[in-house]
Amino acid sequence: MPQDIQRYTTPERVNHWVVAASFVLLTISGLALFQPEFFVLSYALGGGTWSRILHPFIGVVLMLGFGRTTIKFWNDNKITDADRQWMKRIGDVIRNRDEGLPEVGKYNAGQKYLFWTWVVTILLLFVSGIVMWQPWFTPYFTVGVVRVAVLVHAFSAFVAILGLIVHVYSGVMWVRGSLRAMTQGTVTASWAKHHHPAWYRSVSKGAK
Amino acid sequence: MAIQAMEVTQRSATRSMPGVAPATKVAKLIDISKCIGCKACQVACMEWNDVRDEIGTNVGVYDNPPDLSANSYTVMRFSEVEFEAGKLEWLIRKDGCMHCADPGCLKACPAPGAIVQYSNGIVDFVPEHCIGCGYCIAGCPFDVPRLSKKTGKVSKCTLCSDRVAVGQEPACVKTCPTKAITFGTKDDMIKQAAGRITDLKSRGYKNAGLYDPKGVGGTHVMYVLQHADKPEAYNALPRDPGISPMVSVWKGITQPILSAALGLAVFGALIHYVTAGPKAKHEEE
Repeated sequence: MPQDIQRYTTPERVNHWVVAASFVLLTISGLALFQPEFFVLSYALGGGTWSRILHPFIGVVLMLGFGRTTIKFWNDNKITDADRQWMKRIGDVIRNRDEGLPEVGKYNAGQKYLFWTWVVTILLLFVSGIVMWQPWFTPYFTVGVVRVAVLVHAFSAFVAILGLIVHVYSGVMWVRGSLRAMTQGTVTASWAKHHHPAWYRSVSKGAK
Repeated sequence: MAIQAMEVTQRSATRSMPGVAPATKVAKLIDISKCIGCKACQVACMEWNDVRDEIGTNVGVYDNPPDLSANSYTVMRFSEVEFEAGKLEWLIRKDGCMHCADPGCLKACPAPGAIVQYSNGIVDFVPEHCIGCGYCIAGCPFDVPRLSKKTGKVSKCTLCSDRVAVGQEPACVKTCPTKAITFGTKDDMIKQAAGRITDLKSRGYKNAGLYDPKGVGGTHVMYVLQHADKPEAYNALPRDPGISPMVSVWKGITQPILSAALGLAVFGALIHYVTAGPKAKHEEE
């Protein structure tokens, strides 16, 4: 039985779950304030008023946590030519025909594009969220700016939540053996060899 | 006016409403040509609604307080204009909620029942349902609602809905010493305005007219303007107000499309799991 490989350190995992928890709470309270049919979700945070009060503060937590993620994993997520080749075969990836895919490092192209999607949308959400933050910041902006901000906020949130659905499905259900990287912090060697061969080589070389 | 049933015809963040019996629409008519700027209406408004603004400072004009606030539902706005050189005109507009037939505040509000429209046309805020998000401020084409930092609720002119419900006119109407403010059915107010406009035209105000903007479906607070061709001269009264397209998109088509797409994405993931299944090959090694 080959040894398990460390994929995420304890601080990285803690940060991930801080971001994850805020993301979920923001999604719940955000949907509640976005569409009347979801207003009942506001009770998850104690009602409409509490959702309105807490949502922006949780947003700041998410921004700080994801800011750390952005800085920490910026270099790991640079798009390479191999990634572009990999994306061309996304149909095969989806059908689980993984044989002969371009070699993947720590992250595959799908993970990288998701990373950049969140870097952009979370920044947009943060900036537009500041503009919408009553009663502290909104009075400093003209009504025209606020109207743009609410639309930017809705569309960015939509894209970010789509990303969350893809992320949770891939990590929890689709790619078996991934979740433990974020809970225990380790993955099996065979998982690493299969899904991230270039990363596996580099970490096992370093370990020797 | 008789006692009014005031049934709720529109309710914020609520899609379907039961049909209610059509009611006579009411309106407040503010004849700017008759206003002397005494601010008795502001005082009456404070009295009836029991609100007191902070004591402010003189900002160099007669406007006092200088702007609408959570405790000042109405403010006289004084504009000194010279359309012809040497002929000064003092245009005094009583600012406040216009009670739009198509209210942008109600459309923008995410809290069910925090903003309602009654069958007689009055648009009212319901504080116990208000969550203090301020979306109504972004939705309003007239920049009227004000959020109180103290209470965390928005407020604005209620058109004295509590007085109107029992057959009384709004407090500002009751107190106005020159009858510049009148109240009645909307039809009657339009007729009365027509008489005033004829009179103003005979006295040289060629462009006198009624301000009842169609972009918001008409309003239940209307102005007689001496210069209806230049509404902007009345402290930036919008020429053609309407709900911003941004707000319409945000509160319209965006909601069902984005929500359906999110739901389909979750369902798509389930279908993918059922058809393609998990990536588990590495577990066989």
